[in-house]
Amino acid sequence: MTTADLFLWFFAGLIPLAAMAFWLARGRAMAIETGDVRLHSRPGFYGWFSVIWLALPAIAVSFAFSVLHMFGLFTVPGPMLLAATFAAGGAGLWFSLGQIKAEFRARQAVEKVMRGLLLTAATISILTTIGIVLSVIFESIRFFKVIPIWDFITGTQWQPDTAFLIGAGRADEHVAPPLFGSVPIFAGTFMITLIAMLVAVPVGLFSAIYMSEYASHKARGRLKPMLEILAGIPTVVYGFFAAITVSPMIVEIAHSFGYEAAYTNALAPGLIMGIMIIPFMSSLSDDVIRAVPESLRDGALALGTTKAETIRHIVLPAAFPGIVSAFLLAVSRAIGETMIVVMAAGLRPNLTMNPLEGMTTVTVKIVEALTGDQEFDSAFTLSAFALGLVLLIATLILNIISTIVVRKFRQRYE
Amino acid sequence: MNKEANNFLHQGANPRKRKRERADTRFRWYGLIALGLALSFLVFFFVDIIGQALPAFKQTEVLVSVNYTEEAKSNYNRAVEHKLTHIVSRAWLRTIPAYLEAHPEAVGTSHDEWVPADSRVDQYVKKHEGHGLKSKYQKEVDALQQEGKVRSSFNIAFFETGDSKMPENAGILAAAVGSVFTLLITMLVAVPIGVMTAIYLEEFATDNRFTRLIEVNINNLAAIPSILYGLLGLAIFISFMGVPRSSALAGGLTLALMTLPLIIIATRAALRAVPESIREAAYGLGASSLQTVWHHVLPLAMPGILTGSIIGLAQAMGETAPLIIVGMMAYIPEPPSSILEATTVLPAQVYTWSTESMHGYIERTAAGILVLLTVLLSLNAMAVRLRNRSEKTW
Repeated sequence: MTTADLFLWFFAGLIPLAAMAFWLARGRAMAIETGDVRLHSRPGFYGWFSVIWLALPAIAVSFAFSVLHMFGLFTVPGPMLLAATFAAGGAGLWFSLGQIKAEFRARQAVEKVMRGLLLTAATISILTTIGIVLSVIFESIRFFKVIPIWDFITGTQWQPDTAFLIGAGRADEHVAPPLFGSVPIFAGTFMITLIAMLVAVPVGLFSAIYMSEYASHKARGRLKPMLEILAGIPTVVYGFFAAITVSPMIVEIAHSFGYEAAYTNALAPGLIMGIMIIPFMSSLSDDVIRAVPESLRDGALALGTTKAETIRHIVLPAAFPGIVSAFLLAVSRAIGETMIVVMAAGLRPNLTMNPLEGMTTVTVKIVEALTGDQEFDSAFTLSAFALGLVLLIATLILNIISTIVVRKFRQRYE
Repeated sequence: MNKEANNFLHQGANPRKRKRERADTRFRWYGLIALGLALSFLVFFFVDIIGQALPAFKQTEVLVSVNYTEEAKSNYNRAVEHKLTHIVSRAWLRTIPAYLEAHPEAVGTSHDEWVPADSRVDQYVKKHEGHGLKSKYQKEVDALQQEGKVRSSFNIAFFETGDSKMPENAGILAAAVGSVFTLLITMLVAVPIGVMTAIYLEEFATDNRFTRLIEVNINNLAAIPSILYGLLGLAIFISFMGVPRSSALAGGLTLALMTLPLIIIATRAALRAVPESIREAAYGLGASSLQTVWHHVLPLAMPGILTGSIIGLAQAMGETAPLIIVGMMAYIPEPPSSILEATTVLPAQVYTWSTESMHGYIERTAAGILVLLTVLLSLNAMAVRLRNRSEKTW
């Protein structure tokens, strides 16, 4: 019996049983309700009460067994597991049917369980965070046991090619040790992010200013969704576009000016990433610019400033914290963006200031390390998690700063 | 009266004021130019993608006489004239033995048939650079074209097959089925949990430290790069829980965690938009908090929740990076039949094709992108229409 079969049998058994429990309990409750005896709750609640008493023990038993199985402590054959599960469910159902009396407060009982269920759902988001942090940290620790953390942060050479030999236990003195210096990778990430922001900030900000200050209500309602199409295009599509259309174009233009550009230049993914980020920048800025009180504008205009002067000297400074927070969120988008750089940027770490050369980024290296056919334990594969840790820390810091900036901003206006 | 004062009185002639007015106009133009740039990129982008994709919907076919001999059963190259074996599609040739097995009565007959051409021939006929067809075959194809034995027809195979090592036979069916499986799992996991979390936070939670922790946490999760969800999926779902690698289950669960914050945020906004008076009226009639939410608040918030869910799922559908990490870029020629089988999804298929070297894959990639964009844009348009239609002011 495979796991899939087990799941199938589990639900195929549980759902009809639950329906049966509901009708049985509701019927019993309705039978109690005669002329002068009144139930405490609506009959449906007694039905749900029984369903809960059927499902919870069954799910608890199967969950306990699967946890034991997952840790490799104890395994029972499939049919026995199913039998134990349904026995627990049946016992629960029998107990709940015995509870059904006119004065029994089924509504309160059901609501308590439902509340617990909602709370459980809410904790899943916390478990997700813990899961991300733990999965990244544990593997990173294993990586840093092999490669000193200082070498990882300050090294300027990334040559992991010999890592698999060590993983296979075949390393000897003739093999150069693998080098995991990530400075060129961070530099590449920084360069591509910088290019992206050089595109996204002016275009996004001026679009936002135009939409919020100049455009009519109707025009704004048309323009905003059109800009947001840019955010809805999958990144793999941008990557294809950058690699097939934009990169050759850049190589050609650079050539006509007498420069040599690599097909994996940093400019193409940077530009396209910038275009992808325009809607983030413009939508968030648009919101904060519109949140600036009208009285500030009226005051400035009454003093004789032109509209542009009002925007430059009054509206933008007032909206500045919000714009900074939009900027930081856009930066965290850019450094975490994967597909565009995987498809259009280079694979070779390259410490250079020239955007026409090939460069690589943190996300490219993560994908490269995890899609190769090296075993999971090699330092090369584990380096993905160390880079992931850097990425996680960077985005969290950016997010925290942007939250703090926004909070300060709110205090000024409310 | 000196000159300066004179200028001050005749304001129209004031050079300083003219300068300011010009600056004012310029500033307005900056905004227009920025918008123009963004929108013209959009137009350029769509024209370019569509231009690259359209040829893929046409497949070149050649008229050849097929000899269904006994010999062709074991050596399919014998079914057509020797010089044509490099002109017709190898993928089609390979189907001949199986066809003869299934139709023994056809053995010994011979027909003139329109069959798909090899990808290199296809590219050559479409006059694409880098078609890679050798010059001796080029002459062959030219001769066939002279005789009218080459035609171009709608590429139905693109929608009927999975991935293939031969571009003329590569299609999106397997990836489309994989996308449906993966998204079903994402939907079944993310929507209930997301809506339940939002209901808890909006309707039940008291303002305590735990609630604030969840709220901060959800905002942080929404900002975490998608590739880190891939690392989570790899470490937790695949390594720890033992979910099969590359399966729709692993991908769907990973995407579900990724879309969860979006659905929670959208649902909370929808619940908050339901006026307090509705809740108070329900309480006044003796409803419990759960009954109030279930019978009154949730139905009223439903359009908003649906809109948020559709947008979240559309985003999950276009996501590639975390799925590559959990191994969903495998070579999948057949559509999967269960959620535990190795699967690929549309964007991952697009990525796989984009890494292929043969020129025939480029237009396939673009065509795959066109299909993906069509689905995503219609999903988004649906969400926007739903939002506009159900927008209610209380």
